[in-house]
Amino acid sequence: MSKDIIATIKENVIQGRKTQGDVGIDDSLAGTPGVVELLQQALKSNVSPQVIISEGLTAGMQVVGEKFSTKEYFIPDMLASAEAVGAAMDIMKPVLESANVETKGKFAIATVKGDIHDIGKNIVAILLKGAGYEVHDLGIDVPTEKVVEFVKEEKPGYLGLSALLTTTMTEMGVVIKALEENKLRSSVKVLIGGAAVSEEFAQEIGADAYCVNAFDAVKVLEGY
Amino acid sequence: MPRKGILVDRPFERLTREQAELIHQASMQILTDPGLISFNREAVDILHSHGAAVESIAGDHQSWQVKIPEQLVLKALDTAPKTVKLGARNPDNALIMHGDEPRVYLITGSETNIWLDVDFPTYVNKADPTKEIRVPEFKPRRGTIDDLCQSAHVCEHLEMVDGYIRTVNIQDRDITEENKDVNKFFASLNNNTKHFMSGLTSLKQLDNVVRMAELIAGGKKALEDNPIISFITCLVKSPLQFVDDTTETFIEVCRRGLPIVVSSSPQAGTTAPIKEAGIMAQINAEVLAGITLGQLVKPGTPVLYGSVPVRARMDTLGDSYGSVETSQYNIDCVQMARFYRIPNYSTSGVCDSKIPGQQSSIERLFSDMVVTMSGPQYLHCAFGLLDCNSVFCLLQAVLDDTHFKMIEFFLRQPRVDQPELEAMLKQIRDVVATSQKLYIGHIRPVLRSGEISGVYPFEGSGEADDVFELAHERMKELLARPVEHIDRETTARIFEEIPGILPRLNIYESGS
Repeated sequence: MSKDIIATIKENVIQGRKTQGDVGIDDSLAGTPGVVELLQQALKSNVSPQVIISEGLTAGMQVVGEKFSTKEYFIPDMLASAEAVGAAMDIMKPVLESANVETKGKFAIATVKGDIHDIGKNIVAILLKGAGYEVHDLGIDVPTEKVVEFVKEEKPGYLGLSALLTTTMTEMGVVIKALEENKLRSSVKVLIGGAAVSEEFAQEIGADAYCVNAFDAVKVLEGY
Repeated sequence: MPRKGILVDRPFERLTREQAELIHQASMQILTDPGLISFNREAVDILHSHGAAVESIAGDHQSWQVKIPEQLVLKALDTAPKTVKLGARNPDNALIMHGDEPRVYLITGSETNIWLDVDFPTYVNKADPTKEIRVPEFKPRRGTIDDLCQSAHVCEHLEMVDGYIRTVNIQDRDITEENKDVNKFFASLNNNTKHFMSGLTSLKQLDNVVRMAELIAGGKKALEDNPIISFITCLVKSPLQFVDDTTETFIEVCRRGLPIVVSSSPQAGTTAPIKEAGIMAQINAEVLAGITLGQLVKPGTPVLYGSVPVRARMDTLGDSYGSVETSQYNIDCVQMARFYRIPNYSTSGVCDSKIPGQQSSIERLFSDMVVTMSGPQYLHCAFGLLDCNSVFCLLQAVLDDTHFKMIEFFLRQPRVDQPELEAMLKQIRDVVATSQKLYIGHIRPVLRSGEISGVYPFEGSGEADDVFELAHERMKELLARPVEHIDRETTARIFEEIPGILPRLNIYESGS
């Protein structure tokens, strides 16, 4: 029973089916329970959360990643799977906390002050959540003080800053400087991304990494 | 089920109805004044016996001035079929062309003398020997029958190719004037199950190639029902002359009732006026004269209104297929054929460029797009041809297939109706109500349905331009994929009954 349900969760992650109503990559699972419903069944049946994560969710995402790298899957497929895993992690959060199981880490993300563009930021958030990180999305046009406050209070291990415009990218440097002034810089890895920025810019402002896209962000984090 | 082709719902037209009518009237006037010069006696006799005025012209070559009255042309336009079927070895590859329906079939050809091989040697940067790049090198050579087999083979697998006109002239040592036709027909038909159209090198071989087609189709009646071969003759030499030998071929093909293209290829500036109205009035007169002759030979003969107009290059006075005006003339011809409701054979994609590259892509894509949009039925779109139709490169044909897939996608009709809009309104409201406000989740239901166009298949990795190498890989894949050859028994009968076919083409005997 436990093995069956874990295998079905994995298959639904691969198909990118969050709930019963979702369309998968094909019609083979149409109308059957998705990741959310299966997860609830599994928890009711006392299946170990660690097993659900490692053999169901993570194993499923690994297959999705392989399919993406061989161009069988596209970004919408990857995101659908990540969303399904993200929803599962939300449900499991209290279970994991009570069992003292740690997540991969806390990740805060924001589009910097003056910039309202959030497509890239949102995709990063979905993918990282799907990869098992605890993601806190601070939103768009976020004032530096709010970012600093969050880092001080919540102590995320990672901070992602996004900017699309050449006029707003300088705010990333302002945030890093503010973190230094508040003696918080060493407590958090700062990753930057967005159309306007580059590796060179990241070095210039003292960021820890430049992520060329959302997948790169996952890769960079896995490297820490 | 015939092939679908590309149905152009609202074809692009340059001429108003009044302008098409004016061109028609001008062509009618040309056919009576000055009329045509015919170097073929039989054509003169046929036209004369139906009321054309004929006058002998003094000179070295026997010729006649023929003035064709409008009534004769109109009667021929009446008897010429408005729907023409071009059959195929695989009946699912048949082409059904209605003169008033802008459904476009994409066809290869025409014949070139030069075959362009491609290789990718590695070059090392002198300043930094650790840096290497592979650069495509194109090597021209004379075409052979093996090349023709390869070309037919690959074109069988090219998705957008609807019919096959041979792309390369076979110049092997054992190919002669006498055996060329049977070999080119057999090599093409044996490696390709789509419709095959060709010209004839020697009229003496007409009955042999027709017999070959009968054997493949399953008999005389079967060939009538499923004409797997058709012919093209350039009986007109511009301006306004019936050539002796091609006119004779044309008459004989018409007598056998097989589909035939009446083709004319004037060059604006040299053999036709440089101005659009002039070349149009002339080419239309030339094609109508051919159609008239064909219908007088055998009323009801399936004919295509064939147009290959071109503008002269101002630097060489050679053909400039890449010029914008060439596409304009072709589009006008498509419209004139539709004016008469006769299926049209048109031309696009021929380029001035000598090798695949940016110039060839720009020239051919421009004319491929605009001429396809005008809705010709039978578009001889020069798959793989370069250097004004004198060079064929299989790699270029693979690239062209990809480009035509994009054109086909572009010409799909938009789906805008009430149910679709209601579904979209719901989707917009649903997404706007979410925190992320992204529609990405709605992509998946259509992602693999064919509703979204694909990424350019030869896109390189990073900043490298790998188009040629990737297309070359694709070409090799297609060559490795088997084709459905003519069966053993029919092949044996063909080799038994038809003289002159090279033994090495018999795959059951030669083991090749």
